[in-house]
Amino acid sequence: MTPPVGASTATDAVRPSDDESGLEADQPERRRLRLPFSPWHLVLIPIAFILIIPLLWMLITSLLTPSEANQFPPVIIPRELRFQNYPDAFTTAPFGKFLLNSTIVTLVVVVSNLVVCSLAGYAFARMRFWGRSALFLALMATLMVPFQVTMIPVFLIVKWFGDNVWSFMGINHLGALMLPNLATAFGIFFLRQFFQTVPVELEEAARVDGTSRIGVLFKILLPLSLPAMSTLAALTILTSWNDFLWPLIVVTSQDQMTVPLGLSYFQGAHTTDWPLLMAGNVMSLLPMLVVFVVAQRYFVQSVAATGLKG
Amino acid sequence: MATVTEDPARRPPGALRRLGRSEHATGWALASPGVILIGIFGLLPVLLSLKLSFQKSDLLTPETPWVGTANYRKLFNDPVFAAAIEHTLIFTALFVPGTMLVGLLVAVAMNRSIRFISVYRTAAYVTMAVSTISEGIIFLWLTDKDYGLVNSALNAVGISSQPFLSSTSQALYVIVAMTIWGWTGFAVIIYLAALQGVPVELHEAAAIDGASPFTRFRTITVPLLSPASLFLVVWLTINALQLFDEVYLTTRGGPLRATTVIVYYLWDQAFVQFQAGYAAAMAYVLFVVILIITAIQFRISRRYVHYS
Repeated sequence: MTPPVGASTATDAVRPSDDESGLEADQPERRRLRLPFSPWHLVLIPIAFILIIPLLWMLITSLLTPSEANQFPPVIIPRELRFQNYPDAFTTAPFGKFLLNSTIVTLVVVVSNLVVCSLAGYAFARMRFWGRSALFLALMATLMVPFQVTMIPVFLIVKWFGDNVWSFMGINHLGALMLPNLATAFGIFFLRQFFQTVPVELEEAARVDGTSRIGVLFKILLPLSLPAMSTLAALTILTSWNDFLWPLIVVTSQDQMTVPLGLSYFQGAHTTDWPLLMAGNVMSLLPMLVVFVVAQRYFVQSVAATGLKG
Repeated sequence: MATVTEDPARRPPGALRRLGRSEHATGWALASPGVILIGIFGLLPVLLSLKLSFQKSDLLTPETPWVGTANYRKLFNDPVFAAAIEHTLIFTALFVPGTMLVGLLVAVAMNRSIRFISVYRTAAYVTMAVSTISEGIIFLWLTDKDYGLVNSALNAVGISSQPFLSSTSQALYVIVAMTIWGWTGFAVIIYLAALQGVPVELHEAAAIDGASPFTRFRTITVPLLSPASLFLVVWLTINALQLFDEVYLTTRGGPLRATTVIVYYLWDQAFVQFQAGYAAAMAYVLFVVILIITAIQFRISRRYVHYS
């Protein structure tokens, strides 16, 4: 590992080839190779490659024939690309249903979170009402509690809803997957923090003109909060789609399964048919990979924001 | 309240005052959907879980007899639980520093604006989008003892094929490696954001004074990264203590319970063995352990974390 890795980063980022800064004063000239590209590419390409090897290997395996897969040493470049694995996987397990279920649940959860958390976030950020601080503190306290503490009672609560209110909300229905996640304390916290950064003068000016509180929310704050909303949406999409433990607890029949759960059952049923498994895996992974690459900016922002707040 | 002597131009007549009384109502109206939802699914369960931990329940029959502290006492005498704690702690002790180290090194390498840097960074981040289940399946295949890529690579350098996930001694460490891979993207994002906040001038000044790049890294970069490091230590530890998905997918807690971690045992007790009261007690113990460890980490951080 080359020593200059850490220290010279900040300077490299700003002045990659500048020699006048005096930084190179203590380094002999002859150490600098004249390459048409930065030498860092030689470091970063292997690093990036190693990081995505598992994904590449998954892709390659998904295009192998079963006999090729059971060879050792493994076949790295398949003789023929067996795309047939994909339709096979699609018919062996109801991946279409898994994808549909995940999409429905995630869509409802994201929309609900955006709506409910922005209303509550605004109320906690800008409005004064009795019990506001105590309530906010209680909500934030729930963030400290691990899911495992609440999952058993939530199971019972959801079961109660299913038996007494609407069966769609109950065990083994999509509603049960949505219900506990319709609003998160994190979402409320996140949006409250954001709304607090919007200058109060903007709101006051609008209210002086007679706009109601809610009008201010819709006409002033929401248009300004597109980045924050996108960030929250991206994060919620990811966590909702990849959620496993809760669906595992609540869903018992295949037609209600979401993608991660369906995939784990698929794996259990075809433990040694690796090409088929990998094809199913690729299909399951693709939606989130696409979402991630497209919305990468928002994911990075949201993670960086939570990390730097400390 | 406007007084007679106040400049009317400064205090808009009526508009703000009028909302004074209804602000409570509006505030409650806006906050209530969120508060009610989180109250039902976040706060109430915390209390119900506590109550459940003092009962015997199988989640199906409505009868849940009170057993007092029996569940908690049983926990302290349970060898499987003790083993689960050990496995969880070993996992955490390896996973947290491992992920931070890998994340830091990759972030440092990627903290430059050369061409294609966004492609490299995307490659680093992308592990965040991979679900734990997908990750488990990929690594089951990678570490397959007969046909896995890892074993073929080992053979190529003269090391014999390893059983990996089928071995009681190796399985947990394979899971460590797997989860480090999965969390690398997250750690890279955090460290990259923090690195970009290190002022260039500090490095320049130190370099002019003759400090070597390594010294500069140690005395400037690392301390300025300490808030990010603290966040990672806390967040990764909390998540490590709650490890479940990867264990479920790859080993189901085996072989021979070698990878049974706390949450796996918890889930097994609650939803497979129908011992919900016992599981609830376990969950509360886990909760307390997480709180204590987090508090300790924050306490230690006061000595080592520098906020600029």
